[in-house]
Amino acid sequence: MAGLKTMAGAVVTAPLGWLARLLDPPLRLWQRVAGQNGMAAFFLAPTMAIFSIFVLLPLVLNIAYSMTSGPALFLTERSFVGGAQYARLLSCENHFDFSTCVEDQFWTALRNTALFTVLQVAALIVAATVTALILDRDLRARSFWRAAFFFPVLLSPVVVGLIWRWILDRDGVLNAGLDAVGLTPVNWLLERDWAFLSVIGVTIWAHLGFFALILLAGLQAIPRDLYEAAEMDGTPRARVFWRITLPLLMPNMLVVIVLALIRAVQVFDEAFVLTGGGPGTATLFLTQYIYEVGFASLLKNPGLAAAASILMGGVLIVLTLVQLGLARRNERRSKLK
Amino acid sequence: MTFLLKRRGGKGWHWTDIVTFLWLGAGLMVMFGPAVWLVLSSFKSPAGLAEFPPTLLPYQAQTAVVEGHDNPLPLFVVTDAAGSRTLAEVRRVGTVAQMVDPANPAEIVRVNIADREPVRSIGFAWENYLGPFERFDFLRFTMNSVFVTVTATLITLLSSSMAAFALSKYEFRGRSAVVVLILATLMIPLSVILVPLYSIVSAVGLMNTLWGVILPTVATPTGVFLLRQYMLTIPDELLEAARMDHASEWQIYWRIVLPLSAPALAVLAIFSVVWRWNDFLWPLIVLSRPEVYTLQVGLNAYAGELNVQWNYLLAMTVITMIPVVLVFVFLQRFITAGIAGTGLK
Repeated sequence: MAGLKTMAGAVVTAPLGWLARLLDPPLRLWQRVAGQNGMAAFFLAPTMAIFSIFVLLPLVLNIAYSMTSGPALFLTERSFVGGAQYARLLSCENHFDFSTCVEDQFWTALRNTALFTVLQVAALIVAATVTALILDRDLRARSFWRAAFFFPVLLSPVVVGLIWRWILDRDGVLNAGLDAVGLTPVNWLLERDWAFLSVIGVTIWAHLGFFALILLAGLQAIPRDLYEAAEMDGTPRARVFWRITLPLLMPNMLVVIVLALIRAVQVFDEAFVLTGGGPGTATLFLTQYIYEVGFASLLKNPGLAAAASILMGGVLIVLTLVQLGLARRNERRSKLK
Repeated sequence: MTFLLKRRGGKGWHWTDIVTFLWLGAGLMVMFGPAVWLVLSSFKSPAGLAEFPPTLLPYQAQTAVVEGHDNPLPLFVVTDAAGSRTLAEVRRVGTVAQMVDPANPAEIVRVNIADREPVRSIGFAWENYLGPFERFDFLRFTMNSVFVTVTATLITLLSSSMAAFALSKYEFRGRSAVVVLILATLMIPLSVILVPLYSIVSAVGLMNTLWGVILPTVATPTGVFLLRQYMLTIPDELLEAARMDHASEWQIYWRIVLPLSAPALAVLAIFSVVWRWNDFLWPLIVLSRPEVYTLQVGLNAYAGELNVQWNYLLAMTVITMIPVVLVFVFLQRFITAGIAGTGLK
């Protein structure tokens, strides 16, 4: 087995090795011309090129796009309209009645996303915390249990969506189960509220393991002697939880909450495959709105999509800054210890 | 009995122990159950899938070749006034079926369909797995996905490790600016820059190509950071010694730093494979022609058709799941260690 592995490794790396050797003479020359700093530039070049073309440039262009109108794809063919796209997104006769808004779908998507984010993150964090607390106990075969909860995390969103579409189908296995125990079957994906709850449930199912894992790492970083000291003093378990476990887990918990928020705001893949935004617009979320307006609908409006994505990006950047700040604070704290 | 109920450490039972067992038991069912149900369902024939309530295992109707009929006929157990016997169905008109006894094919018996049960046995509908390859471009979707995954992962490993090397082993002006810049890109998810990214990719002529899928995804800031953190632990003396021996910087990177970073590279490779295999939104936008579809996009397109043949769709879903399940079975501990350590993904 080991021999086979080395052989397979050699087959893969040998051509790469030759290539690397071939590259050496010209790079030696470049090193002589440009010096060590020049070599740093060389090593950075591929990543920086990709970052600039596919991340930084689009970021700048996005702002330009959001200020133009028309269906044309290239900026040079588009007409400048200033803040008109933003005005169109945000203008309503009455903000409490979305049907009076110019872009009522945007407001529906915004409300759905906000509601989804609050409910999903709350339920997800509670479930992940319970899972992490249980996995942190003195379990036999802990790594097996940890892996079990992690399994859905690796599945692709399309696979997740299709698996659950099959289970939640009107004639699916879940309804068969309800029927068997005497409950009324539910048309999970075709009734507005149930469809919304289904999306929440399925996304929690798909991401629970990831968040539980991070929280578990946080729990395991809590010094064991604290627990031992509490046990010697005969402290009740509930008190240990509220006074030791939870406060010491808090910094990790905050980072995890913000991370979950960032992901929830961008919800798309699983929901799109599961419900396609339906029934009606019951599960239409912001990213799908951007996708529909910019790419999928008959009357494409890239400017409007760009404006909507910038509004969403604003929220995400605030959340990310909070997260980075929290993470840095945690790091500083753990260094102090 | 008391031995079974006793906890490790000899302490008594606590309500949290019960919660633990319930949670873990339910978790096992909820986490693996849906995938197991998918696999079981994928082996059912269309008739089996249409059944409600569904059977757990895939069944197939048994058939018999009867003299005078070209095709095998489905078998039924008929129970009526004449007793119980096994007959084969010739044709069905309304609620009455015309049936024959396989042993006596000349005589047609009329049976009310309420009086009969199909004869079934466990049988796997393997044709569900062959159909997608014969009828659709499923093989091409698979090859496209493999190409995207392998190419993107190789480029990610190479470019990220080069950048991480420069950012961890060289002192140069603007280094911290570069680090901040890369950190900033962490903040910008793809869903925020879809429109301009689309125009750039079409401006360089990569629309409807696999390279259009690959290039925007290969530069993962997380990868650069993961590798940089690892390379910072490689002692600089090692590099200095190599420079004394007239090694070029490229050789130092290739022969020293890269092999020493193998554990971190392995983690990044596993992550990259899972990410790229599972990518959906960006390929969905770039690829609009079936011949360049990746598995995820093809699967979604097929699921969106008006007459979805679920037997094929479920089998395709299982095939799409296989690489990730393999990663889970063999490499899961690297991933969990990676996430717990760095908060990656």
